[in-house]
Amino acid sequence: MSAQPQGPASGASGSRPGHGIRVDQQLIADLVPAGARVLDVGCGDGALLYHLAHAKGADARGIEISRERVAACLGQGLSVIQGDAETELSTYPTGSFDCVVLSQTIQAVRDPRGTLETLLRIGKQAVVSITNAGYWRNRLHFALRGQVPVRESPGESWFNTPNIHPCTIRDFVALADDMGIPIERCYAVGASGTSRQVDPASASANLFAVQAVFLLG
Amino acid sequence: MAPSNPFPWARSLSTPARDLRRRPAEGEIWAAEVKVSGTNTQETPNGAPSAAIAAGESVVLADGEPLRLESGATLCPITVAYTTQGRLNADKSNAILICHALTGDQFVCGTHPVSGRPGWWETMVGPGRPLDTERYFLICPNILGGCMGSTGPSEINPATGKPWGLDFPVITIGDMVNVQNLLVDHLGIDTLFAVIGGSMGGMQVLDWAVRFPRRVFSAMPIATALKTSAQNIAHHEVGRQAVMADPDWCGGRYQEEGKRPHRGLAVARMGAHITYLSESALTRKFGRSLQGRERVTYGFEADFQVESYLRHQGITFVDRFDANSYLYITRAMDYFDLVQEHGGVMADIFAGTTVRFGVISFTSDWMFPTAENREIVNALNAVGANVSFVEIDTDQGHDSFLMEIDDYHNVVRGFLDGAAELRGLARP
Repeated sequence: MSAQPQGPASGASGSRPGHGIRVDQQLIADLVPAGARVLDVGCGDGALLYHLAHAKGADARGIEISRERVAACLGQGLSVIQGDAETELSTYPTGSFDCVVLSQTIQAVRDPRGTLETLLRIGKQAVVSITNAGYWRNRLHFALRGQVPVRESPGESWFNTPNIHPCTIRDFVALADDMGIPIERCYAVGASGTSRQVDPASASANLFAVQAVFLLG
Repeated sequence: MAPSNPFPWARSLSTPARDLRRRPAEGEIWAAEVKVSGTNTQETPNGAPSAAIAAGESVVLADGEPLRLESGATLCPITVAYTTQGRLNADKSNAILICHALTGDQFVCGTHPVSGRPGWWETMVGPGRPLDTERYFLICPNILGGCMGSTGPSEINPATGKPWGLDFPVITIGDMVNVQNLLVDHLGIDTLFAVIGGSMGGMQVLDWAVRFPRRVFSAMPIATALKTSAQNIAHHEVGRQAVMADPDWCGGRYQEEGKRPHRGLAVARMGAHITYLSESALTRKFGRSLQGRERVTYGFEADFQVESYLRHQGITFVDRFDANSYLYITRAMDYFDLVQEHGGVMADIFAGTTVRFGVISFTSDWMFPTAENREIVNALNAVGANVSFVEIDTDQGHDSFLMEIDDYHNVVRGFLDGAAELRGLARP
């Protein structure tokens, strides 16, 4: 990925340096079958990978653009390749993973549509988590201040944010429909960090969810 | 202001080099001292084809049962000079084989017995270093074809009683690995915890993983490739031609003639050394700075510091390296092509491998650029192998693999730590 996106403004994604995993990562982990071959695209410092490998007995691999984060992953015994996922993924054979994970990264890729296609080429299934740009506070921010909501990260503004393709749950569902990708399950994560399975077409989910996790394919 | 001469000891290439590589007399042990912890200096075993063991240990292998080389020729017996560091644990699960590069040798650390300088991987090897001698048992053999005590063209051909010279059979990376395999047998080790090496050492690492996958738990090929590129073959050929153009090479029989082609070998080294660096590193280190003078001399002395530096590299190299070894080893690299060996199908190279791989490249390496290292990763990904990859950002060129670069050392340490945990090795 071209950059490591930050968590959403609401703070629903508590950081867990080395310990535990985020709510959306727990949801992802729950969707991955035990013992599966998993590729985590943009795996960061490897928290989810580590959890998948140790708690789920998965054969877990990662791709990460940051050298420091790759080094951190290697030190935990994880297998991670440093590289830009958008070019790196093309080298993987078709159907080589049971599941490919793209966690809060799709908004930062140059070509989300092509990336989704690739995920479902190399993985039998894909789990994609997004930060919901349709969350009501973002809408309010836009309506009242007349400015594009940008996640709160020091020095980050619309012109330098790595999150070049923000999308709402509705946007994502429309793209999946357009590509003929079946959405097997959809979970919404609220501001409090609680999650529940929702109808992907639900208007209230698109309004109240901070994040969403989709099981595709 | 002209900077002071950083290489006051640099001699002109026409000055004869000290002949430290003269042939030792029969039975003579090189009078060189080396301090290698945990290693005993051992005299050459009886029947060895040569007594030229500087320090470290040495063993005669393939004695009685000749080793069949990839060329079809056979070789017997084969002496392997090697050093070890650290202690082999009770279940023999902590051994790391270090594969040296083209002009390296078994002296990874400690004072080199010939050059008197630190070992080539001094910063990587030692207590608390990435190749931690408190935790791992390190083995570094001098390669087949080398000139630091292992069987090579400068040793005595037992059939003739004279130095092999060009009668020495052409060897391959695979032959080197087969000999190392015999050494691992000899040491009573079943599975190596890791095989690690850079450049041509990395080729041996890859060959190990392909040839003996069940003997290798993890592999770290560094700054290397699945095959030697046309550009690298080209550089090797220039080097070989420089050696062979030296009249003192004597058709390869310089030992019998009492001569040494030090000028040709020095030029070969100078050319090769450029490929180990990078344009930006040369500019940073030397730029157009003049060597101990205010202005150019309108002659062919070493006006520029970079010239003086290269001459120094050439001259010091011939003190410790054998010209025919240089020919044979570069040739072995030229022939290295794992892709062709597997019918041109990259996915077949590592099919079914259970080895954990950690591949490292360096941004400014134009001899084994990142793209070639990524080919290794792609070939491994193609079969779902367990592979990690990092590209280290540095301007130090191909030689980066010898340098103390924090990011690089942290990655080696991290990869080995992770693998050690899976292998159940205790922390020191």
